[in-house]
Amino acid sequence: MTVFDPDDLQAVWLTLKLAGVVTLLLLFIATPLAWWLAHSRKWYKGAVAALVALPLVLPPTVLGFYLLLLMGPHGIVGELTAALHIGALPFTFTGLVIGSVLFSMPFAVQPIQNAFEAMGKRPLEVAATLRAGRWDRFFSVAVPLARPGFFTAIILAFAHTVGEFGVVLMLGGNIPGETRVLSVAIYNHVEAMEYGAAQWLAGGMVLFSFIVLLGLYLTGGKSWKVTR
Amino acid sequence: MNAKAASEIQVSFKLQLESFLLDAAFSAPAVGVTALFGPSGSGKTTLLRCIAGLERATGTLHVDGDTWQDETIFEPVHKRPLGYVFQEASLFSHLSVRANLEYGLKRIPLSERKVPLEQVVEWLGLGRLIERGDPARLSGGERQRVAIGRALLTSPHILLMDEPLSALDTNSKQEILPYLERLHRDLEIPVLYVSHAMDEVARLADHLVLLDQGRVMASGALGETLARLDLPTAHFDDAGAVIEAAVAQHDETYHLTRLDFSGGSLWVGQVQQPFGSKVRARVLARDVSIATQQPHGSSITNILHARIAEIRDEGPDKVIVRLAVGESHVLLSRITRRSRDLLKLSAGMEVFAQVKSVALMA
Repeated sequence: MTVFDPDDLQAVWLTLKLAGVVTLLLLFIATPLAWWLAHSRKWYKGAVAALVALPLVLPPTVLGFYLLLLMGPHGIVGELTAALHIGALPFTFTGLVIGSVLFSMPFAVQPIQNAFEAMGKRPLEVAATLRAGRWDRFFSVAVPLARPGFFTAIILAFAHTVGEFGVVLMLGGNIPGETRVLSVAIYNHVEAMEYGAAQWLAGGMVLFSFIVLLGLYLTGGKSWKVTR
Repeated sequence: MNAKAASEIQVSFKLQLESFLLDAAFSAPAVGVTALFGPSGSGKTTLLRCIAGLERATGTLHVDGDTWQDETIFEPVHKRPLGYVFQEASLFSHLSVRANLEYGLKRIPLSERKVPLEQVVEWLGLGRLIERGDPARLSGGERQRVAIGRALLTSPHILLMDEPLSALDTNSKQEILPYLERLHRDLEIPVLYVSHAMDEVARLADHLVLLDQGRVMASGALGETLARLDLPTAHFDDAGAVIEAAVAQHDETYHLTRLDFSGGSLWVGQVQQPFGSKVRARVLARDVSIATQQPHGSSITNILHARIAEIRDEGPDKVIVRLAVGESHVLLSRITRRSRDLLKLSAGMEVFAQVKSVALMA
C-alpha cells in the first residue's frame, strides 16, 4: 500500500523548505529588532512593539487579505515588484515566505527580546570595561547569554510556519510544488473525503513535530551551555 | 605627595540625574588606594561610573597624564585602560572561570600585557577556582576574587572598585580582605575604591575623598582627613585615627608586640610580621581617654604624650578632641563635656592620651 503519493511528498518537502527559509530569515530580522526593542528609549517603541505583536491577535485571513492587496498588481508592493521586473508575488513561494515571516515575527522577536531584557545591561557593561567593543560585546556576551531565547524563537518560528494555514490560503493558494504546503494538502484530502491520506499526513506531522521538539529539548538543555 | 600633573588623577564631572545633581571634582595621587567615601545616595557609584565612561557626564578626566575626557574627547568605555570591579562579581555565566579571567586579557595587545596570568592566580589564590570550571560552583567571595583577577588581567592604568565587599556576608568579607590588602601592598597601579564602610576605608585607603549629595566635601591624605573635626567622619560612632607604625619588639612572655611611630610606641597583641615591617593601626576616638598628669597604677599600657590641638562640641554631652602626638601624628578622643570642664582642657595643653585598644589593620 502506498502511504504518500508524490504530490503529498512534495507538499511535505515544500513545507519544510518554507519553514526553514522563514526561520533563517527571521533570525536575521528578529535579532536586531529584539535588540532595539529591549534597549531603545524612543517614544515610538511601544508602537513598533504593538505592530510586531499584531499577528498574535489578528485572524491569519485578515493579514493574508491585506498582504494580497499590497502585493497584488494594484498594491504598492505589487507595483514596485512589477517595476523591478520581479513580477507579482502572490501565489509564489517568495510571496509565501514574506507572508510567513510577517505572520511568525512575534514568535521570533519576543523570546529573543525577553532574553535580552532579562540579562540586563550589566554583562555588557562588564564586557565594555574588559575592552570589548560594541559588536564584540554583542557576539561574545549578549548572544550566548540569550541562547535560551534564540532556542525558543527558532522552535516557535519553525513550528508556527509549519502549522500555518490561513495566510497560505489567502496569499498562496494551492499550487503544487510552489505553494501547496502540508496544511493545505491535508485540507484538500479532507475536502475530497480521502481521510486515509489525510490521516497519514496529519499523523506524520504530529510525530515529526514531536520528534523535532523532543530532540531539541533533550540536546538543548546541556549542549547550549558552553564550556570553552 | 606633592608631585603634581602627570602622576595624578584629576576628575571633574557634572551630571544631572533624575533625583540629584552630581557636581564633583577632586584630584588624587596616581599611587595607592583612594577611597570615595560617603553615605548611600551621595553619588560615589555614579562618580565611579562617570570615570569609567559608563555614564556620560560633562567634564574632564585625566589619568596619569592621559586625557580620557574633556570638552571634545570622550573615550568610550572599552578604549579606557581601566579595570572595573562591580558590587556583584558579574562573572559571565556562559563562560568557564578560566575563560572569564582571559576575557579581557585576550582583548589587549601583547605589548600591553604587563600582568601575567600566573601572577594574578598567585596573588588572588585562583588556582583551585580555575579547576572548578563553572563560575556557578564558586562562593560569593570566590567569584569576587575571580572578578578582581579578571579586571587586573587587562593590565589597567587604574583599578575602579565599586563596593566590592558590600554584597558579601561577613565571612566572605574576612576571606577577601587579606587579598585586597595584599593588592594594596604589591600593586603598582592606583585604585579608586568606593565604600560606605569606615573600617574598610581605614584598612585599605591612603587617600580619602569625602562625598555628600553629589559634591566633594573634602579630599586629602587618609590620616589627616579622618582627623579633621569639621568633617562628619570625625563624629561617627566609629570615628578614629589611623597610625602607620613599624614593628619594633616582640615580647614572647606576654605575647605582645611593640609598634613604634614618631609620636611614641604602642603595645598590641602579638603580630606575625617581622621587625621593621609597616603596619597600620586604628585607634577609635571612644577608646582614647585624657589625663592631665602621668597616670600611675593604671591597667592601660599605652599612654602617649600629646598636645590638645582642637576641641569641638559633639551633641549635648560629648566633645571630641584632636590630639597631636609627636611631629605628624594625630589621635582623636571622645570624652564627656563634664570631663573637659573638670580638667579645664583647652587647645595647646600638654596631656597624656590613654589608649585602651588598638585595632591592627594589616
